[in-house]
Amino acid sequence: MSKDKTSQNILLQVKELQIEGFSDEKWHKIIKGVDLTLFKGEVLGIIGESGAGKSTLGLAAMGYTQPGCRITGGQILFNGENLARLSESKKRKYWGNRMTYVAQSAAASFNPAHRLINQTTDSTVRAGLKNRNDAFKEARKLYEALNLPDPHNIGNRYPHQVSGGQLQRIMTAMAMSPNPDLIVFDEPTTALDVTTQVEVLGAMRSIVEEFNTAAIYITHDLSVVAQMADRIKVLRYGEQVEEAETRVMLESPKEEYTKSLWSVRSLQKKEEVEEDIVLEMKSISAAYGAARVLFDVGIKLPRGRTVAVVGESGSGKSTAARVITGLLPPSEGSVMFSGESLPAELKNRTREQLQKIQMIYQMADVAMNPRQTVREIIGRPLEFYLGMKGELNRSRTIELLELIDLDESFIDRLPSELSGGQKQRICIARALAANPEVIICDEVTSALDQIVQEGILQLLMRLQKEFQISYLFITHDISTVKAISDQVVVMSEGKVVEQGLKSIVFSPPHPDYTQLLLSSVPEMDPDWLTNILKKRS
Amino acid sequence: MTEKPNTYSALSEVGAIRENRTIFANIKISLLKSPLTARFGMVVILIYAVVAIFAPLIAPYGEAEVFPIPYAPWSSEFIFGTDQIGRDIFSRMVYGARNTVGIAVATTLLAFLIGGSLGLAAAINRSYLDLVFSRTVDVLMAIPQLIFALVLLSIFGSTVINLIMIIAILDSTRVFRLTRAVSLNVVVMDYVEAARLRGEGLGWVMRKEILPNILPPLIAEFGLRFCFVFLSIAALSFLGVGIQPPTADWGSMVRENASLIQFAKYDLKAGITPLLPAAAIALLTVAVNFVVDWFLHKTSGIRDE
Repeated sequence: MSKDKTSQNILLQVKELQIEGFSDEKWHKIIKGVDLTLFKGEVLGIIGESGAGKSTLGLAAMGYTQPGCRITGGQILFNGENLARLSESKKRKYWGNRMTYVAQSAAASFNPAHRLINQTTDSTVRAGLKNRNDAFKEARKLYEALNLPDPHNIGNRYPHQVSGGQLQRIMTAMAMSPNPDLIVFDEPTTALDVTTQVEVLGAMRSIVEEFNTAAIYITHDLSVVAQMADRIKVLRYGEQVEEAETRVMLESPKEEYTKSLWSVRSLQKKEEVEEDIVLEMKSISAAYGAARVLFDVGIKLPRGRTVAVVGESGSGKSTAARVITGLLPPSEGSVMFSGESLPAELKNRTREQLQKIQMIYQMADVAMNPRQTVREIIGRPLEFYLGMKGELNRSRTIELLELIDLDESFIDRLPSELSGGQKQRICIARALAANPEVIICDEVTSALDQIVQEGILQLLMRLQKEFQISYLFITHDISTVKAISDQVVVMSEGKVVEQGLKSIVFSPPHPDYTQLLLSSVPEMDPDWLTNILKKRS
Repeated sequence: MTEKPNTYSALSEVGAIRENRTIFANIKISLLKSPLTARFGMVVILIYAVVAIFAPLIAPYGEAEVFPIPYAPWSSEFIFGTDQIGRDIFSRMVYGARNTVGIAVATTLLAFLIGGSLGLAAAINRSYLDLVFSRTVDVLMAIPQLIFALVLLSIFGSTVINLIMIIAILDSTRVFRLTRAVSLNVVVMDYVEAARLRGEGLGWVMRKEILPNILPPLIAEFGLRFCFVFLSIAALSFLGVGIQPPTADWGSMVRENASLIQFAKYDLKAGITPLLPAAAIALLTVAVNFVVDWFLHKTSGIRDE
């Protein structure tokens, strides 16, 4: 894609932008003097870890700041007009009209009480760009271009009547409806399954190309940005690290930080075989009320090894974990632990049985009581299972903190005083405190940045070596599976599609579903999306 | 595994971390930022508390001490005059603070103890326990509170203990509702599930996992509920079934001296006298509400933009 890069063709120019946010009774710098130039019809990818200021920058490109933030310096020139100085009412003439925004969670961004097509066209009609009928016609065309099923009638539905991926595409249609000059995409596919993500990405890209719209694409996923952007800008701590054309950036990043981002997924565990089975699900079927979710599932977990359970949302992988922990008694089948059958219900299990199987959750911030300090969080299982009290409890807690690469200074902190990765480490320490034989990890890394993810995975592997813990690792992320597992179980619609050693599952021939899943994982190659879409159509 | 160019360290990882402050530092900051109305409220509540605690030292006479002159005018001897049988009104108001406020506080605490613990238990055990408690509360709430209290008091007799028990039980229905509603949001959290998976009992989950997280709305409700209890007691006393003479109490003081109000055209001060205890009630209610409003505003996370 070659774009005309002359100064008349500049759509948006941000100069020396500075933004501050108010928290903790102080103003903190969020954006520390960032420049940004966007030409007409160009897609700029912004990547960085959480807290890097990428969403703030994306919104600022529209002249908007979140409540509690203020622009303290710099210019935002949109078609030559400085948005940083413009009054709210004047900026509103641009918003939802010349420039639009696609949010991360489409489900939270739609009004549940209005039909989709009304929401899609609302700002277009209100701005007087088109009359209602024309706008509706245009919207239906957009639905068609975005590969939505039944494009003529889907707009008559309400948000809860379509799936998450469809909603995300309808949100893109909403952003496209007024034919804007600029769209800001803020992590639009993060909440989607990989197979859905491919479709949404393809639809977004084709529509941006077709209408020659300029876009800013914000994400923390490198392989996604490689598909979408013409140029990539890397942000860290509110400052620009580097910026280059996508291909140049992928092949030869200059800065150390960018290189570390690129190399993150090199982690690979060598698979090992183990005959001793510690935990086994024997032909389990389970249901929530009348809805059956698991059908004859059998999974074996060898001692001291990692079994990864992969599947999309709704495949029943988390339900399998609930059955093992006893939260959901199965309708058929049983869970065997070290050769003995575990009672189906949580309340019938002994304290020793509970102690042996621990769990780590996806969202570390809701898995810890916000009113308890680290000492209470880690100390409680020590006291509860092992009877450790007082000084003994404290010294063991510190030992555990050191084991997870933190130190004594963390002992009196509350969860809100920790970063995301540190929170997940504390959760690991809490599970470890019980001296378990099996730890169930439910999407433990999916809410974290890539560099932090790698740190957590390395920690888990080290602990496994040291204490011979077995992991049942539930995830939808294939690269995590490749990194950590010995064996892989692929699940779809409550059934096991394929299982076995990692090397066997990941080498062809694949059952259809595994093939679809594996081929949908974005790769760093900027041509990947084009190729995969060509192959499928 | 390949070599990594950067050295990642979990220790130095910084996210949106908050400064580590002590509880006192946090309280100090919020007090410094409190609005004028809240400060006024706090000062008034403090004065009431001091008066209630040191009542015997502040009051010039005893609460049941009778002097030979009924309906004495305001004077240096009797600051607000005397009532229909010759008791010093100022002294009775001071003692009234102790009795009325003390009983109201005790009643509210009891209501929270009953309603709070039942509400928590119902939220955790969503099956039969929740059903039984919730439906019972529905029945109790269907009957107008004041009339129900009147009926119960005339059945069991108007002693202070009965008064506290009856109003506490009737008010605990509202507390139950609130506690159950706010706990339901906390019960679904992963940390509660984690505690259950650990094998913790109902009591631990209630006290350690849920209660600390629902405390802010409960404290705010405590303030409001206190006002309602206070007004119910005053209303019952005014109707003659509340706190019984000779114990001084603001509600009955209004009733006892109500006839004085018709002399307002001859002597303004005499006319005002029955309104003094009413004003005392009103002032405290307003003050408590100021503080509660500020607290609610703070905990609900609404920002001033």
